[in-house]
Amino acid sequence: MNANAIDQALYHTIVQATCDAIRQAQIFLPADVKSAITNAMERETSPVAKGEFHNILANLSRAEALKLPICQDTGVPVIYLTIPPEVPYCTALLDAVRDGVRKATREVPLRPNVVDPISRENTLDNTGVGMPSIHVSPGHQLAITVLPKGAGAENMSRIAMLLPSEKTSIPKFVAETMLIAGGRPCPPVILGVGIGGTFDQVASLAKEALLLPVDRMDPFEQELCDTVNKLGIGPMGLGGDTTAIAVKVKRASCHTASLPVAVNVQCWASRRATVVVSR
Amino acid sequence: MLGIAAGHGGGVPVNVVALRTPLGDEVLSLRAGDRVTLSGRVYTARDEAHLMMEERGVPFDPQGAAIYHCGPIIINGRVIAAGPTTSARMNNLSGPLLDKGVRALVGKGGMGETVRGQLKGRGVYLAFTGGCAALAASCMKYHNIYYEELGMAEAVWELEFDTVPLVVGIDSRGNDLFHDVSCKAKLQFSSLFR
Repeated sequence: MNANAIDQALYHTIVQATCDAIRQAQIFLPADVKSAITNAMERETSPVAKGEFHNILANLSRAEALKLPICQDTGVPVIYLTIPPEVPYCTALLDAVRDGVRKATREVPLRPNVVDPISRENTLDNTGVGMPSIHVSPGHQLAITVLPKGAGAENMSRIAMLLPSEKTSIPKFVAETMLIAGGRPCPPVILGVGIGGTFDQVASLAKEALLLPVDRMDPFEQELCDTVNKLGIGPMGLGGDTTAIAVKVKRASCHTASLPVAVNVQCWASRRATVVVSR
Repeated sequence: MLGIAAGHGGGVPVNVVALRTPLGDEVLSLRAGDRVTLSGRVYTARDEAHLMMEERGVPFDPQGAAIYHCGPIIINGRVIAAGPTTSARMNNLSGPLLDKGVRALVGKGGMGETVRGQLKGRGVYLAFTGGCAALAASCMKYHNIYYEELGMAEAVWELEFDTVPLVVGIDSRGNDLFHDVSCKAKLQFSSLFR
């Protein structure tokens, strides 16, 4: 194979796989998220919050039955690619993913959400400069993971360059992020928390944390989740025991003088799906 | 019209008040936190539609009407997605409609102090679960469109609601669930991190 290109067949396979992953993510919530929502509903003591959970679960089954997107904000496409040694990391690979996004926009269909940041002109196909946001890493197989990200929750995300002496302030920063957000990000939320790295890395870590399964938390994640839930914001800001379904943390090493922290807020419609291309 | 219906679907052990448009004084007895269902004709309106209706008039009978803060996806008369949008954007635009007789505003996230005041003795704010586009699509039918030139998201759509499950967020006595929850969250935060 040419080191700078991929063959036509592989190109079309990647277009289709990207489209399939997006369709899957938009219509079917991952099993771990669904069971976390169901468990939270069972624990919930507020009748209003229970009613909201009831609507959310009814919505999930309607989306599946009608083959419709779970939410009308079908988000912007955030995509994680792993590529095996025999697939070259080249422009054509990224072009195939972009074409997959265009195809999904027409066929699922998706709401065209991608615009120029200043003129606000809509490209109408959910692609644009730097969009889809594509993250590539080496792996054993060709896998395409999509994380459609809606604006309501994304807009509530925050980053802080804490002092190394402020490490005990991490729970405060996480809880404060949710206090400011209130009902706006469509809680119950999942919070992706990045700790360490650099200014840019920590935001990526926070987003990657949203790819982790939510049906288990380590003691630190559980502590953060319990702290957030003490705020009582509840589903949709109407009050209740469940403000966050889960908090997931990813860490990286950082400068001895730095402590970057980022919180990426995800609404209850935590949509993600992976398609593995078998060759 | 007012009635008591069983909970929407199964499994929720509370009574739900069944509302039908056009609404009347029955909305005055609702309290923040009550669960209701809404049926009958409802009109969507976002920012642009509110401005247009102020300028060129309300294209439907506002007496007892319900306004839905929503920018739906409707293709060939089929409702594809119709979840609620953030109501707070309409905080300064809702007064004229309430003055003309509108009795209910439906949306997500709650509204500000101004609207809380404007609803007193007149109407309610009803919250619909954010993100529930497919649920909305399955209990709303297209009936008509006004101000189509505003585009799909901003036009005024006349929809037929069929027992849409909602919560009273703000009642006609000034009780506001969103405001209460937000005040409590601030107090709780201060006590956790003093």
